[in-house]
Amino acid sequence: MTDTPAPTGIGTALPRREDFRFLKGVGRYTDDINQPNQTWCVIVRSPVAHATINSIDTAAAAASPGVVAVLTGADFEGVGGLPCGWLVTGRDNKPMVEPKHPILATGKVRHVGDPIAAVIAETLEQAKDAAEKVNADLTELPVVVDMRQALKGGAAVHDEAADNLCFDWELGDKAAADAAFAGAAHVTKLDLINNRLVPNAMEPRAAIGVYDMATGEHTLYTTSQNPHVIRLLMGAFVLGIPEHKLRVVAPDVGGGFGSKIYHYAEEALVTWAAKKIGRPVKWTAERSESFMSDAHGRDHVTHAEMAFDKDGKAIGLRVDTLANMGAYLSTFAPCIPTWLHGTLLAGQYTTPAIYCNVKAVFTNTVPVDAYRGAGRPEATFLLERLMSKAAAEMGVDQAELRRKNFIQPSQFPYQTPVAVVYDTGDYEASLDAALKLADYAGFPARRAAAEKAGKLRGIGVASYIEACGIAPSSLVGALGARAGLYEAATVRVNPTGSVAVMTGSHSHGQGHDTSFAQVVADKLGIPIDQVEIVHGDTAKVPFGMGTYGSRSLAVGGTAIVNALNKIIDKGRKIAAHLLEAAEADVEFSNGAYTVKGTDRSKAFGEIALTAYVPHKYPIESIEPGLEETAFYDPKNFTFPAGSYVCEVEIDPATGQTGIVGFVAADDFGNLVNPLIVEGQVHGGIAQGIGQALLEKAVYDETGQLKTGSYMDYCMPRADDVPSFQVTTTCTPCTHNPLGVKGCGEAGAIGAPPAVINAICDALAPYDVTHMDMPATPEKVWRAINAGARKAAE
Amino acid sequence: MPDIKLEVNGKPVGGAVPANMLLVDYLRQTLGLTGTHVGCDTSQCGACVVHVDGQAVKSCTMLAVQADGAKVTTIEGLSTGSDLHPVQAAFKEAHGLQCGFCTPGMVMAAVDLLATNPNPTEAEIRSGLKGNICRCTGYHNIVKAIRIAADRMGQKAAAE
Amino acid sequence: MYSFDYQRPTSIAEAAALFDKSEEAAFLAGGMTLLPTLKQRLARPSALVDLSRVRDLKGISQHSGAIGIGAMTTHHDVASSGVVKAAIPALARLAGNIGDPHVRYRGTIGGSLANNDPAADYPAAALALGAVIITNKREIRADDYFTGLFSTALEAGEVITGVGLPVAEKAGYAKFEQRASRYALVGVFVARTSGGVRVAVTGAGAEGVFRCSPIEQALTASFSPDAAKAVKVSADGLMGDIHGSAEYRAALIPVMAGRAVAAALG
Repeated sequence: MTDTPAPTGIGTALPRREDFRFLKGVGRYTDDINQPNQTWCVIVRSPVAHATINSIDTAAAAASPGVVAVLTGADFEGVGGLPCGWLVTGRDNKPMVEPKHPILATGKVRHVGDPIAAVIAETLEQAKDAAEKVNADLTELPVVVDMRQALKGGAAVHDEAADNLCFDWELGDKAAADAAFAGAAHVTKLDLINNRLVPNAMEPRAAIGVYDMATGEHTLYTTSQNPHVIRLLMGAFVLGIPEHKLRVVAPDVGGGFGSKIYHYAEEALVTWAAKKIGRPVKWTAERSESFMSDAHGRDHVTHAEMAFDKDGKAIGLRVDTLANMGAYLSTFAPCIPTWLHGTLLAGQYTTPAIYCNVKAVFTNTVPVDAYRGAGRPEATFLLERLMSKAAAEMGVDQAELRRKNFIQPSQFPYQTPVAVVYDTGDYEASLDAALKLADYAGFPARRAAAEKAGKLRGIGVASYIEACGIAPSSLVGALGARAGLYEAATVRVNPTGSVAVMTGSHSHGQGHDTSFAQVVADKLGIPIDQVEIVHGDTAKVPFGMGTYGSRSLAVGGTAIVNALNKIIDKGRKIAAHLLEAAEADVEFSNGAYTVKGTDRSKAFGEIALTAYVPHKYPIESIEPGLEETAFYDPKNFTFPAGSYVCEVEIDPATGQTGIVGFVAADDFGNLVNPLIVEGQVHGGIAQGIGQALLEKAVYDETGQLKTGSYMDYCMPRADDVPSFQVTTTCTPCTHNPLGVKGCGEAGAIGAPPAVINAICDALAPYDVTHMDMPATPEKVWRAINAGARKAAE
Repeated sequence: MPDIKLEVNGKPVGGAVPANMLLVDYLRQTLGLTGTHVGCDTSQCGACVVHVDGQAVKSCTMLAVQADGAKVTTIEGLSTGSDLHPVQAAFKEAHGLQCGFCTPGMVMAAVDLLATNPNPTEAEIRSGLKGNICRCTGYHNIVKAIRIAADRMGQKAAAE
Repeated sequence: MYSFDYQRPTSIAEAAALFDKSEEAAFLAGGMTLLPTLKQRLARPSALVDLSRVRDLKGISQHSGAIGIGAMTTHHDVASSGVVKAAIPALARLAGNIGDPHVRYRGTIGGSLANNDPAADYPAAALALGAVIITNKREIRADDYFTGLFSTALEAGEVITGVGLPVAEKAGYAKFEQRASRYALVGVFVARTSGGVRVAVTGAGAEGVFRCSPIEQALTASFSPDAAKAVKVSADGLMGDIHGSAEYRAALIPVMAGRAVAAALG
């Protein structure tokens, strides 16, 4: 008897294959890599938020021991600036203002941390010593940090935008929305901020530039979520290096959450400098540097209002948002508060009339771009806060108000009033699952018990939707994207039947090495240990757009499936020849080609060998070899959705909020690896709780970042979060073959409103109707005291 | 430059080191043991945790010279070959890691935690992980993994 | 980190001599504050005098009515000491809750007291218990020792060798953490001693650790959580920052004092 191998196919909660190297300490992150004859680079950054650069004296630094080169903006005069990958067109067809973003500052510095110079030396300590000797003569200029001040005559960050307005964009039907409000039975209004966050992947960014004089080839090792995109942007727009002379390697990457999508100055700098000095150049960020140079996330100031009819049906929504761009446009910044925000404002609801206006604003702060969720958390937060606030105002249950407004399963495909078409969903199913798991019905008893113990208990519901798997290239192209958003995969079947899959998706924690291999093993009917997943190197992978927007499985996975189908089809032709049967009569299943209705069969491995040793082979009609590439361009976004329930207990004496229960019920469509999916949800929830309770990037009025380290920027730790209860419901995605939707961002999208709704529920006796994030103990304490004072009056 | 002699993962090592070299840089740069990571510059993230004389410490907050004469264990020395320490195995089983960057420090912290408290409650585990930041997992599966490891190690100890 | 000379004396006398020999020397105890400061190039000592191998600086001893703790005794060792747990359990709990486990293995009581971080835990215990700071030159009463933010009565080159901590009839500590750094936003150590009730507050004072006389008076009248909680503490002289205003800190002091009393009464 032989042991049946443990199942590994689609749907199996398989422990990850990549864990071994991480657990043994033999992962290979960028900073783990060293090159022979390597030099070290330290960046000199602006200590002030806004200043004119009068001069930069590098003489003392250049003379410092071990220094190889000192570079300033002047060295990069012939080099392009960092490009923006998305052109947003505003009202009246006005394109966004797109100021130059130099690699090293020229003329002015515009935020604390703006790079001024680079010192390259034999050792890191020597580079640091010399960096202190770079003397930049700066004349400080007035600073704008607050977006409203920036728009109202604050100092101009860029001459091109005297009013600091990058664009003024709108979506939806204003007249229809206004009409809905005119006829509304109830209107709920809300002013809120979506707090600025620092992504804080645990691996700081790093980059190593290498130039091979013999071949003229540049290699960049970098902490990127999308090495091909970096090759494209840096090669074509910044340094003018053709693709065939530029290799970008993103090896093991220690988390990204969006912050490692973008093309950063340091990447271009080390690549360029390596050729200039003829030696490899390595730069690794220190955490304090990450705080002032990684793109931040969120940072919206919003007024939103929702109109309801007398039955509690939402009939209109108006949203007015200011979105902070920071001092320069990061790679995808303009699309975040627009096409990834305005388009999600229908949520799970049938609201027929929606209007959204977004003004993007330059300030003297670090650029803001996508961070886990990217636009969708901002949309969900305002919408789900409005829903719970409206429920409280109208005296109806927050879950029931949502239920009443859900798009029904029979209504799909559903055209929203904000451009997108939802393909499928069952929102009541996930709401019911969440309420059941949270014992929503038992909450009043728990609240009463807490009250007896002197605690305030509250429960919050949030039902989110997100648009993932970005996206059809033709659509995003029409919306301003300057790149396509397909994905590529090559499946290479080796002569002995093992398989290498080269994917353009990039894993920096998502477990592709396991889940993609599960798909391949399942489709080909071969053992999973015969499958190798290759990613993160432009020299190995034909092309790719990378990993963000929860797109890897839906888009990258589909590209793999399509390539596998080509392999299977070609194999069928070979098998038909070997089996002397008509191609149409040959079926492929469980790793074998079989003539229908017979026991005549050829194993997949045998076909692979035949393809490479084509002795008995239809050589006139089929090429030898077994390797196929597919580019998949999605037909639509995917629309993961779900409902979250958070229960909090507040200590009124200190204002401390404890999360005593957190439930997530998500519909991600089909699951390939439920273990990995749960992990993604957990991580997202923790980041969402972080946003709701702990995290905020704080600038003072001079543009200094007051939360520039873990001493002041509050990262969630193990004792800040509870264990979570997560479950899933399933309506398979209708337009990709795996039926998957994406799960990477849901937690970060659904959690913040669930937490704040729970806090507002707990504080309802104190007349609290809203609280901005993060709901720190002091804020909660103040709200309680203000409410108590008001009650006493 | 001071001369140091120490044992790292059971092997004697040493030589002259700059006085201002951190232990983590000695491990990563001099010995090439890059499993120990640096995630911050304010001694808070715990990615650099190793064991010095059996205690979990932040190797970014200790000079290499301070480890003179010590026995140091890094993630690379926790188990040999294709074996996994029970804590490593539990992290894999429970999906207690994602990007893997905090993982070596987290595992070394967890091994120390179970050495001082072999049967911790969830609250004790969470409190014991105060010095280690993970941005990926939300800690849920890390806590679960440590509980699994505690059970396994407890059973093994009971059987012996 | 800037370069420096590294010295590792084995006796107090040698340590003091090495310190004096160097232009701008610094003593290195556990290094939990000094090394991060050096890493960020915020200090530039010419020499580090490492006290880790100095004889007789480690260990915990029992005396009549007091315990003695060597300056280089780690937080972990204090937290797990049978002597401390029996004599002043609040001190053991305080030590076991400083920072995180890794910090507790390296950080020392002497280093903490010498640094006098305004949000550190030990200064509150030392002040409330009426400790005596023992140096290579003299003994300093806690009431005279803490002189301001990161400032103490220690003279240049003076080394703490140990701390004498009187055993209180009842003692308790409660802290409300600043969630990012995990230092105390407000920490209150309450001790009922033979000489009366002493209450010390850390994390909140604009000039560092201080005694809170209104709460001391209230607890002298009635050593109960409610008595502490009923006190209104003024925000004058308290520190305010992005983590908590002076007013909020003022409100937390009686709350934490009440919890410290509850802990003391066990």
